[in-house]
Amino acid sequence: MNWEMVIGLETHVELNTKSKVFCTCDTAFGAEPNTHVCPVCMGLPGALPVFNEVVLHHAAMAGFALNCHVHHRSRFDRKNYFYPDLPKAYQISQFYRPICEGGWLTVQTSAGEKKIGITRIHIEEDAGKLVHDEVSGTMLDMNRCGVPLIEIVSEPDIRSAEEAVGYLRKIRAILTYIGVSDCRMNEGSLRCDVNLSIHKPGEPFGVRSEMKNLNSFQSVERAIQAEYERQIAAVEAGEEIVQETRRYDQKTGKTSTMRRKENSADYRYFPDPDLPEVRLTDEDMALIVAAIPMLPDARREAYMKDYGLSAYAAEQLTAERWLAEYFEETAALAKSAVSAANLLQGEVFALVSARAAEAEKNGQPAVEGRKSLPISPENLAKLSDLMADGRVNSSTGKKILGALFAEDCDPEVYAATHDLFTVGDDAVLLDAVRRALAESPDMVESYQKGKLTVEKALMGKAMAITRGKANPERLAELLHSQLKQ
Amino acid sequence: MRPYPDICKLTIVALKAALESGELTSAEITQAYLDSIAAQNETIFAYLEVFAQAARKEAAQSDERRHAGKALSALDGIPIAVKDNMLVEGTKCTCASKMLADFVSPYSATAVEKLRSAGMVILGKLNMDEFAMGSSTENSAFGVCHNPWAFSRVPGGSSGGAAAAVAAGMAPAALGSDTGGSIRQPASFCGVVGVKPAYGTVSRYGLVAFASSLDQIGPLTKTAEDAALVMGVIAGHDRRDATSDATLSTDFVPDMLPTLDGLTIGLPKECFGEGLSMPVYHSVQAAAEQLRAMGAKVVEVSIPSLPYALSAYYVLSSAEASSNLARFDGVRYGYRVKEYADLDELYRKSREEGFGIEVKRRIMLGTFALSSGYQDQYYSKAQQARELLRYEFGLALESCDALLTPVAPTYAYKLGEKTADPMEMYMGDLYTVPANLTGLPTVSVPCGVAEENGELLPIGMSLLGARNSLKKLLSIASVYEREVKPNAGLHPYEHLCKGGDRA
Repeated sequence: MNWEMVIGLETHVELNTKSKVFCTCDTAFGAEPNTHVCPVCMGLPGALPVFNEVVLHHAAMAGFALNCHVHHRSRFDRKNYFYPDLPKAYQISQFYRPICEGGWLTVQTSAGEKKIGITRIHIEEDAGKLVHDEVSGTMLDMNRCGVPLIEIVSEPDIRSAEEAVGYLRKIRAILTYIGVSDCRMNEGSLRCDVNLSIHKPGEPFGVRSEMKNLNSFQSVERAIQAEYERQIAAVEAGEEIVQETRRYDQKTGKTSTMRRKENSADYRYFPDPDLPEVRLTDEDMALIVAAIPMLPDARREAYMKDYGLSAYAAEQLTAERWLAEYFEETAALAKSAVSAANLLQGEVFALVSARAAEAEKNGQPAVEGRKSLPISPENLAKLSDLMADGRVNSSTGKKILGALFAEDCDPEVYAATHDLFTVGDDAVLLDAVRRALAESPDMVESYQKGKLTVEKALMGKAMAITRGKANPERLAELLHSQLKQ
Repeated sequence: MRPYPDICKLTIVALKAALESGELTSAEITQAYLDSIAAQNETIFAYLEVFAQAARKEAAQSDERRHAGKALSALDGIPIAVKDNMLVEGTKCTCASKMLADFVSPYSATAVEKLRSAGMVILGKLNMDEFAMGSSTENSAFGVCHNPWAFSRVPGGSSGGAAAAVAAGMAPAALGSDTGGSIRQPASFCGVVGVKPAYGTVSRYGLVAFASSLDQIGPLTKTAEDAALVMGVIAGHDRRDATSDATLSTDFVPDMLPTLDGLTIGLPKECFGEGLSMPVYHSVQAAAEQLRAMGAKVVEVSIPSLPYALSAYYVLSSAEASSNLARFDGVRYGYRVKEYADLDELYRKSREEGFGIEVKRRIMLGTFALSSGYQDQYYSKAQQARELLRYEFGLALESCDALLTPVAPTYAYKLGEKTADPMEMYMGDLYTVPANLTGLPTVSVPCGVAEENGELLPIGMSLLGARNSLKKLLSIASVYEREVKPNAGLHPYEHLCKGGDRA
């Protein structure tokens, strides 16, 4: 029997509140070091934390969206340890009474749908950042100190790297849907610790190792694979797996020991006497639940049922909330939701990724979310209709789309001013066909000798004569009938 | 100009009247106190730092305001001194520790801001036990403070500098902090009034934390009425302190009751047994008799769990302290050892050299009490005892308006007498820690003097009441002061003129 991997994930998600969890400092990413700090988040003597209630709202909403039991009462505890990035030498967290417990989510894998349990979600504060500089030595940026986090702890239900990544993608989709986090792994607003052990199915779980602070889906996937293989090799060589924290090195693709269990800190958790118990009333909870939008799973089902989209298209268009909302707005204005979906997934996605690649090449910052798509749903719906109605063909459609990306405008007006409407007038088309044939007597000859494939080349010529505007079906018909004559 | 001893023996009530009538200016009052400090601080060492220049300037500004009819409050221009564990922006806040010897406050504590917005003049920062840990002010890293009644004796602690300053006429009022008796016990040892308000009455923002669930700021003054006036300035809800309680009353002005008819005073029998010195026992019993004579009903009550209070207090306060003081690690501010091999050694040596022995003892005790495997046995058990005490005090206060106990088992002892035995020192907190564990307000009022080898040594009694009863406690104390006049004419501040060059 094969070794099975058993994985539990601890996911740290930065909540996108304006101010920090226990003070009023700004949480914005990327500011000058130590500019978003105050006596509270710097842990100065005498400073006291005051809980930002928006964090409670966001954490509870995450809990409801992840099918958790959200508690009416929760409490903060201190996790005590020394490290320069932790100015109070304790992290305010929720150990004994977290806000949420017992949830789940589902992921779609190649083997079908899988339900993964969530043990708990608790609120905590982020630490600062050590910046190592060869000249100045190690420096400390405390802007991140006190940025609100939720830690989502999964049950050890995950059995493959694919499931682990699927779980993280689903967490990201749900949390961005409900708008409580940006979940940007590159900015550290979504980070993941992987707990992994191996066993033979039917046997008890093995001893687990923990890999900390993985910050991309790819490194999660690779770290899992590497650690799985290491543990198998170790066990098969007769070695014992010890409980420890391991580091995954992206360069070597290997994991190595960071800290053994016996050397791990005793965090001496105890209730933080500076912070009273946190309470949520039934009314608070009802308001939070009512504010949760339709989540990706439900939307996917709805797109298939209501718009007749394929499962693939529905999955793609619900991956992010802004996209789903953009699509829904466009579909509502367009004559055909399927055409709008096709346009969006095809030409629009292609242009978006081309632009992203271009920006990356030029070292420009990535434009994400709704901003990456600079066309209003109204205009995209109009273009979708123009194409569906055959008033512009796919090549002019592409041309118009490119223009809209440069400067959003009414595609109908654009097509009119640039003379891009499909030409369906038989006299004009016939003229183009005749000119194409007249200009290429050799091709006509080949055709007549039985080389039927030149018809395509002749079609291109005729289309070029109309400057790409011809109704392609009609043009093809006319060309075909002329060749047959 | 009146000589400073004349001014320094006046109560705040009297100073206030003199300011209002124009008989005295804030500049005169402030200068009198600065003179008094200059004459006595070398002997008593109540102050770690005196803000002479700034105080004179503040006093002048206050006089201008008052002259223009724009006094900020009734106490505008009255001087006050602050224990050195509260932050005053731009000045050092040392907590009497080598660890913070050079730490300059980047902001002001809420209580200090409130003094400022009332126009009060801040005279300086007061000596204390390091990080408020101690009962004698002998744990100050900068030198011991002496009891103004008898220089060879301790002023109590940890707010020893505050009590000594008020008792010696070096400040009309002082802000202290009380985690297990640190305002009340020195008040008792120095013959002044000390108030430990209900937890949540005064904001802790800007008070360097010792044990967050127990710490409260409160005033030390000559009389209960003076204490009420200062309480009126510093109390009130603060959104920067999540444990500050908006539901508590901020009216403390005592009712000058003609009698104590209708009031019931309870004497917890557990507070009058073993360990209590005879002079203190007799003084407090005599006070009980006097309260009875004024009309109060005096009854015996029982707090069966009281014997656990001291252990619970030392476990909980040390546990919280071990976490609160972890931030002093030599990395960002405070004492940092000059040479270290690595981060671990930087932490270890900075803390080893920066903290004094008592602070280290409490940190180790607290760290142990929270350690995995021991937490249930110590920290959790202590929390249970705390809950039990809350319940039992609540029950006793259902039938009593106040509970009367000694403040400390003894009067002021000799410097060095108890430093060798921390356990004996801790025993002295037996009667004061329950108020912190339960969060209840308590007033320490002088109730007599003991005489030992010709030295007169004050004794205090403690009045503890329900959460919102500080006004009532101060009323009882005021009536007692009016009727009994404890220590009248005996205080060091009334004898300032007796000393050689003070004549």
